[in-house]
Amino acid sequence: MMLARAIEVSRRYGDTLALDNVSLDIAPGELVGLLGPNGAGKSTLLSLLTGVRSVTSGRVELLGGDPRRPVSRQCLGVTPQETGLPASLRVGEVVDFVRRHYPDPLPRDEVLAQFGLTDLVRRQTGGLSGGEKRRVAVALAFAGRPRIVFLDEPTTGLDVEARRSLWDGIRHFQGGGGTVVLTSHYLEEVEALARRVVVIGGGRVLADDTVEAVRGLVAVRRVSLTSPVPPPVLPGVSATDREGDRWHLLTPDSDRLVRDLVAADVPFTDLEVRPTSLEEAFLTLTERNTEESWLLSS
Amino acid sequence: MAALVLTHARFQLIETARTPIAVIGSAFWPAASMLAFVVPFVGDDPVAATYATASMVTFAVMSTNLFSYGVGVADDRVQPWEPYVRTLPAGALPRFAGRLLSGLALMAFSLLPVVVIAATLTRASVSPAEFLLAAGATAVIAVPFILMGLAIGYSMPPKAAVVVAQVLFFPLAFGGGLMTAPGSAPGFVENLAPYLPTGASVRLMWAAVGNYPLRPGSVLSLIAWIVTLAAVALWAYRRDEGRRFS
Repeated sequence: MMLARAIEVSRRYGDTLALDNVSLDIAPGELVGLLGPNGAGKSTLLSLLTGVRSVTSGRVELLGGDPRRPVSRQCLGVTPQETGLPASLRVGEVVDFVRRHYPDPLPRDEVLAQFGLTDLVRRQTGGLSGGEKRRVAVALAFAGRPRIVFLDEPTTGLDVEARRSLWDGIRHFQGGGGTVVLTSHYLEEVEALARRVVVIGGGRVLADDTVEAVRGLVAVRRVSLTSPVPPPVLPGVSATDREGDRWHLLTPDSDRLVRDLVAADVPFTDLEVRPTSLEEAFLTLTERNTEESWLLSS
Repeated sequence: MAALVLTHARFQLIETARTPIAVIGSAFWPAASMLAFVVPFVGDDPVAATYATASMVTFAVMSTNLFSYGVGVADDRVQPWEPYVRTLPAGALPRFAGRLLSGLALMAFSLLPVVVIAATLTRASVSPAEFLLAAGATAVIAVPFILMGLAIGYSMPPKAAVVVAQVLFFPLAFGGGLMTAPGSAPGFVENLAPYLPTGASVRLMWAAVGNYPLRPGSVLSLIAWIVTLAAVALWAYRRDEGRRFS
């Protein structure tokens, strides 16, 4: 049985089509990274799979049932947004509140210890630091002894050490048979944890493949230079952008492009090479997708 | 299920209790209204003072619940905690029942000064049996107003909820005959009142504390309001999906 499924799901908000005929299967024991720029439909897909919203057309399933029904959510764990914790309640009270919803939750002390919250148990959540709130939020996802967790940006705002220890926790959960769906802005995080990556853009699944395959798709660098003459057409350049005499070239292989520019005797100055942000890479992926349909077939 | 109701009620009460000014505020207005309108005008007449106290309690029950639930729930809904709670394996029932319980507990607290003022500063009097009946009636009449508040809170944004609560508040109070002694409201109000939730409620209160004859019409109307408002609140809860891009 699939733990979570979306079957030809569309979701509309008024005139906006947030999800357009999306299908996705999450099998038991998988650790899936869900990537996409803001507004791509990621959050909408999560809200449908976790029962917060309902589909416009198509069908979603959670452990074989309708996620809108409370009984289907008994083995589900979700991270709240850390800004949303009830400020006046203590950490221990929030953990207990969540635990009491589940038939067989983890013991409170175990939840607290596992996420390094034991010393914070008496603190009101409103007084915690951003990183502490994030840890409470992630702990809540695991408090009910779930079979599947949806972790939305679990390590945003954490320092490197806290991030590593949380990654260990997630790997441990998966090692014990748990299923994880993870969204993140950090490609590094997805690479470290997930084997499978689903890229969402413009309300559709743009890629659903191994980490290696998707990394190849979004590993694009931007080479910027100032030149009085336009650079010649060079192999590997996927896009060219111009601001006055400043040129921006996008390429998967910046080393080769620089060698080619030198070999072609382009009179450039102020050469700059930088990795495109994940956001830019997704935009490239989204734009490319409208022109070429090969991504969809992967 | 019962445990989950208590969990939700407890959670609400702790949150409210940690903002003491909210608790004190909800006790202030009913007490102030007693001092301003009941004590000086009918305080010396045992029967009138008793009825007026019952009216004031009804008034406080309506306004407290309409605002604390209508506006409170609408405010909660725009917080990111609300969509999270909806991913927990609980439906509308434990959440509604939990809010109901915590609301009743807070109301008991906020009505305490009204009872103390009535007992010490007016000649209003009730027998112990009548007092218990009145306490029970207060809990019953709170239900339609809590549900009305939930219906408002789950169907509109906070700013709209404030306005709707304010707009409903006065006609319900006047039309229900809360501002006049039993039987002395203008004729059209006397005819209409039993069929408004306020009028039906205050008649139950009057009957609990005095010899006011309770008619089946107003009792049936109260039951009908409870059923209708429960259905509306549940419908609003089920169709609510929070903010669009929360």
